[in-house]
Amino acid sequence: MCLAVPGRITRWISRDPVLATAEVEFGGVRRVCHMACVTDAVEGDYVIVHAGVGISRVDEQEARRVFEELKTSGESTDEWEGDRT
Amino acid sequence: MKYVDEYRDPHLARELLESIRRRSTRPWVLMEVCGGQTHSLLRNGIDAELEGSVELIHGPGCPVCVTPAEAIDLAQDLALRPEILLTSFGDMLRVPGTRGSLLDIRTRGGNVRTVYSPLDAVELARREPARQVVFFAVGFETTTPATALAVLQADAYRLENFSLLVAHVRVQPAMEAIMQVGDCRVQAFLAAGHVCTVLGYDSYVEFVRRHRVPVVVTGFEPVDLLTGILECVDQLESATFDVVNCYARSVRQEGNSSAQEIVDRVFEPADRPWRGLGTIPAGGLRLRPEWSRFDAERRYGLAAMPSSGCAAECRSGDVLAGRIRPTECSSFGTRCTPDAPLGAPMVSSEGACAAYFRYRRADCGPHTAPRPAGAATG
Amino acid sequence: MNDNSWQPHCPVGVSAQTERITLAHGEGGRAMRQLIHDRIVPRLRNPNFSDANDAAALPALQGPLAFTTDSFVVSPLFFPGGDIGTLAVYGTVNDLVVAGARPRWLSLSFILEEGLPLDVFDRVVESVAAAARRANVEIVTGDTKVVPRGAADGLFITTSGIGELISPIPAGPRSLLAGDELIVSGPIGCHGVAILACRENLGFEPAPTSDCAPLVEVADALRAAAIPVRAMRDATRGGVAAVLHEWAGQCELTMRIDETALPVSSDVRGICELLGMDPLHVANEGTMVIAVPAGAGESGLAALRQVSLSKEAALIGAVQPRGIAPVTIRRSLGVEQPLDEPHGAPLPRIC
Repeated sequence: MCLAVPGRITRWISRDPVLATAEVEFGGVRRVCHMACVTDAVEGDYVIVHAGVGISRVDEQEARRVFEELKTSGESTDEWEGDRT
Repeated sequence: MKYVDEYRDPHLARELLESIRRRSTRPWVLMEVCGGQTHSLLRNGIDAELEGSVELIHGPGCPVCVTPAEAIDLAQDLALRPEILLTSFGDMLRVPGTRGSLLDIRTRGGNVRTVYSPLDAVELARREPARQVVFFAVGFETTTPATALAVLQADAYRLENFSLLVAHVRVQPAMEAIMQVGDCRVQAFLAAGHVCTVLGYDSYVEFVRRHRVPVVVTGFEPVDLLTGILECVDQLESATFDVVNCYARSVRQEGNSSAQEIVDRVFEPADRPWRGLGTIPAGGLRLRPEWSRFDAERRYGLAAMPSSGCAAECRSGDVLAGRIRPTECSSFGTRCTPDAPLGAPMVSSEGACAAYFRYRRADCGPHTAPRPAGAATG
Repeated sequence: MNDNSWQPHCPVGVSAQTERITLAHGEGGRAMRQLIHDRIVPRLRNPNFSDANDAAALPALQGPLAFTTDSFVVSPLFFPGGDIGTLAVYGTVNDLVVAGARPRWLSLSFILEEGLPLDVFDRVVESVAAAARRANVEIVTGDTKVVPRGAADGLFITTSGIGELISPIPAGPRSLLAGDELIVSGPIGCHGVAILACRENLGFEPAPTSDCAPLVEVADALRAAAIPVRAMRDATRGGVAAVLHEWAGQCELTMRIDETALPVSSDVRGICELLGMDPLHVANEGTMVIAVPAGAGESGLAALRQVSLSKEAALIGAVQPRGIAPVTIRRSLGVEQPLDEPHGAPLPRIC
């Protein structure tokens, strides 16, 4: 589980707590998605969308940090740090 | 596509593969509990590349696969009623109940329609007030926020013609059930990244302490999967067991509290039969009593039949629990194929058996049987 | 009348007072004659058109002929990029083109559902006429029948087509050899995605557009550059994957393709990612797969890219000795995997 795809919020449409919607762009197309679970996201943010519903705002800082670590770790280091509890 | 393409980078993936091979001193046994991850592992050939370093067992992560045949039968009964329009995710359409699939019902005059989102089903109900729209609500906790939101929206629009046939299932009770199995070989889990996006991963702390196995929250693209697998290997090699998040761009420790609140408002845990695995306590969800008017079983007076498992020769229970690989089932590729499945794992695009059939059929089955000499034509 | 077959994306306004097809229109009497003479003949603008009672007299040709037939039952009738009329003409034309023929004459038979708005019918006929002009073919004969409400999805079209085979004629998939190169003439997956998005009201902006088009110029470009073509096939139902599987079955070799080489437009890519579909399994109506001998790939591409319709043609793989599966694909990781044959139309999924 489950097919969820990151898309970029191009514009908010409704901020109603239950009926909140925004237009989200995936590759070359846009679709209106339901945003009641990601009300703190702003235009330009990326959200993960599953079955037409945004379920998470992509943490771009975290993505950048992790990706940089990935690129530099390679063969040279022995340690790989994820987020531990 | 941003946040997709970078995680398919072949160079990064190859480096991660090399690291896994270097650091793994024995073939550790990992389980992923998510059909989407199974699909991606097989499609990208990761499981084959890791042979010798890591053995991947595919757990019951396909909510479509574990939906009992009887639930599909109920959906069919509803679809055959002339006033009802049954809406469903595409995944469910080809899965057989005890009397064929929802697609088969269409040929008998049943009204079945695919939707991409339960909210589209609500929209349909709004546009066609004369029809009774029922949404077949399957899926794990990634999907429950969408279904819960559908109920809240239907309520906000004061719809009288919308209801759910609920068959949602919960992942963690299934992981518990797997760990209870006597001959369970699983040494670490890749936790489903999108389920954790909604729920967070706090609940795995207790699980890890009790069972002493690493649980690593993992994404779906090749780089994500390999990162999660590498983390499992590192923990196993150092005999540690922790919950670690390797999908931090989407998953927070506490998950998505808005989504959780919406789900908790509408649903509560319930015992539920899983196809091939029997009843798992608190393994499913049901609508809370205050939302019972949206419950299709109540509205249409359906009698749910007790789960009878699946066809006698179908070994989906053993496959789902990781006891055998699909290729070890004697019906695989012969009596059981995607066109004529014995059980759901062969039909659903995420089923372990279908995934094997699509990507590993080369290893077995009639397709690679050599043709007799001289049969080639010029 | 299933209004859902023609309402989505319908370019003509239809009011409650609009005239509709009745059973009388199919009964051979005055209503039917009027339908043909007032609505079909003027739109086709072809003096050689004969109506249902005559056969078309055609001039003799010098060489062998190609002959094809097809039926069109698409729903919805109208979609971004075309309609059932355009599809009927181009689909038939393309069947002739990939056989190595220059398409010349088409027949056009309608099965109309009682209750179909006449404005909708007129629009489809106009599309047929426009498509025939663009493809440089003549509609020379036809037929019209009407069935009761519910017995057809708005309207069905059956065609047949005759073309002149032009030497050298592609020998077909049985002639494929290891080393032959595989080309697609353009971005894949457009038609199926457009139809699905339109029929299921998926709400994508901009609405994805079908690639529905005649492949005459594309084949002409290959001929003009003297590119030897072993086989050509337009990748309709089942997509490129279906063609490759069919070819692999005919020649008993392996078709091996490279995922990174496949041309996919960004909107088709986005939609397929979102719905969990593989563009290789999605239908096309203006894109074909071409097999050329080893070494002819680059010049084949150069010839194709001269034509607007195939300006994004790409080399996607090669024919190999039979290996792990009839069709294989190298994914981004570099691992060769079997590519499955499509099982029915692709469905959107959430898992």
